[in-house]
Amino acid sequence: MSKIKSILLNELEMSKMLTRLSHEIIESHNEISSLAIVGIRTRGEIFARKIVDSIEKISGHKVDFGILDVTFYRDDFSQNLGSPKIGPSDVNFNVNDKNIVLVDDVLYTGRTIRAAMDELFSFGRASSIKLGVLIDRGHRELPIKADFVGKNFPTSNNEHVHVLVNEIDGKDEVRLVEY
Amino acid sequence: MKRIEAKHLLGLENISTQDIETIIDVGFTFREVLERPVKKVPALNGKNIVNLFFENSTRTKISFELAEKRLSADVTNFSASSSSVKKGESLRDTIQNIHVMKMDCVVMRHPIPGSCLQLSNYVDVPIVNAGDGTHEHPTQALLDMMSIKEKFGKIKGLNIGIVGDILHSRVALSNIFGLIKLGANVKLCAPPHLLQRHIEDYGVSITYDVDELIDWADAVNVLRIQRERMGVGLIPSIREYRKFFGITSERLSRHKKEIVIMHPGPINRGVEIDSQVADGDQAIILDQVLNGVAVRMSVLYLLLGSNDFD
Repeated sequence: MSKIKSILLNELEMSKMLTRLSHEIIESHNEISSLAIVGIRTRGEIFARKIVDSIEKISGHKVDFGILDVTFYRDDFSQNLGSPKIGPSDVNFNVNDKNIVLVDDVLYTGRTIRAAMDELFSFGRASSIKLGVLIDRGHRELPIKADFVGKNFPTSNNEHVHVLVNEIDGKDEVRLVEY
Repeated sequence: MKRIEAKHLLGLENISTQDIETIIDVGFTFREVLERPVKKVPALNGKNIVNLFFENSTRTKISFELAEKRLSADVTNFSASSSSVKKGESLRDTIQNIHVMKMDCVVMRHPIPGSCLQLSNYVDVPIVNAGDGTHEHPTQALLDMMSIKEKFGKIKGLNIGIVGDILHSRVALSNIFGLIKLGANVKLCAPPHLLQRHIEDYGVSITYDVDELIDWADAVNVLRIQRERMGVGLIPSIREYRKFFGITSERLSRHKKEIVIMHPGPINRGVEIDSQVADGDQAIILDQVLNGVAVRMSVLYLLLGSNDFD
C-alpha cells in the first residue's frame, strides 16, 4: 500500500511554476518562430499544452505543439513495464531545423527522455532539443539533465512523485507518496 | 503486465473480444508510425521472427515482413518451394529444427487447416497464423475490421456483408468470428454449394440474392473466386458467376444507398468485382492493405511483449 507523505505543490504553485518555465523558455530562444514544444504522454502532454498557451500569450507568436508516446521506444519493453495504454504520437509540424523543448512531468531515471529523443529523430532532424520538467526527483541512470526545471525534489527510491492534473485527476497537485 | 491474454494468434474463434479490441486499437497507433518520415520503431529490437510460408503468398508475406522490419525485428524467411520439405521432411521436423535455432516468434502459412494449432504443441514461442488452409486467416480479418472501424468509427451494430466463395475462404471464417464478437451483424451471400452447412449456427444470416445483400449492408467484403482451390464443376462459368454474384458498377448504381466495398485481394477484375468498383470512391481496398501492415505490427508487438515464455 502507498501512503501520501506530503503535498509538494498545490494548484497555485504549479500554475506559477508553469508561467516561470514559459518565461525561461522564451528567454533562451531568440526566435520564437523556430520554437516547438513537445509533450510526453500523458501528463507531460498536458503541461506542454499549458506552456504553449502561456508562451503564445506572452510573446504573441504561434508556437508549434506536438505529443510523443514513447511506448515503442522504451528499453524496459521485455520486462513488460511499458504503459498499459498506448496512444498515437502527434507531431504535425516539420521537425527539421526546429528548436524543440521536450516537456515531461517528472524527471527520474532519464530513460523516458532518451526514448523520446530517439522517437523525435524519426520525425526529422531538429536543430536542437532541450528538456523542461516540472519536478526533478534525482536518481538518474543516464547522462541526461533538464534545461528548465520547475522544482528539484531529492527523493528516495521507495518514494514516488504523483503528479495530479485537473484534466485527468480532477485537481492540480503534486504529492510525495511512499510505498 | 499483460496487454493481451492470448499466447498465440491461431485464429479469431478462440481469442477474447477484449484482445481483438486491443489489437485493433494498438493497430491505429502503428498507423500513425507509418505516416512518419522514418517508419520504424525499435520495439522488437533483438527479436528473431521466422516467416514459414508453405503456400504461395505475395501480399501477406510482404505485409508481415514489412511489419517485422518496421518493429526492428530480425527476419528469417522460409518458403516451401526452396526447402527440405521438397526432400520429404515433415512439418514437425522442420519446425523443431527451426525452433532449436532460438526463434522468438513463428509466422506460418500452411495449406492444412489446423496446422498452426498443431505447431503450437511443438514450440513454446508465439505463433501467428498467416492462413491455414480453408480454416482461418486472422490477421486479414483484423485488418478488415480495423478498416471498417476507420471508415465508420465503430463496428458494433453495423451490417457487414460477405459475398463469394465462403466455403473455401479462410478470410470469411475469420471475419465471421471477429465481426460477431465485436457486435456487427453479418450476412453471407454465395451460391448454395459454396456455403458451409449450418454456418448460421455462428450467428450469421444468409441470402442467395446479392441485391438483397447490397440493400441491407453498410459494407460488403467481396471475396476472390479461388480458382486454384476449386474442383471442376463448382461454378459453371465465370460469366454466370459474374451475372449472379459479381459486384458490378451497374448493379451498385441500381441501389440508392452508397455502401463501402472491401476486397482482401488479389482481385480478379471483371469476375467477382468490376474495375470501376475496385478503383472507385466506395472501395477501401488500398486502405485495407495499409492497415494490414499496422495491424500485423500490433499483433507481433503485443504477442512478443505480453507474454513471458522463459
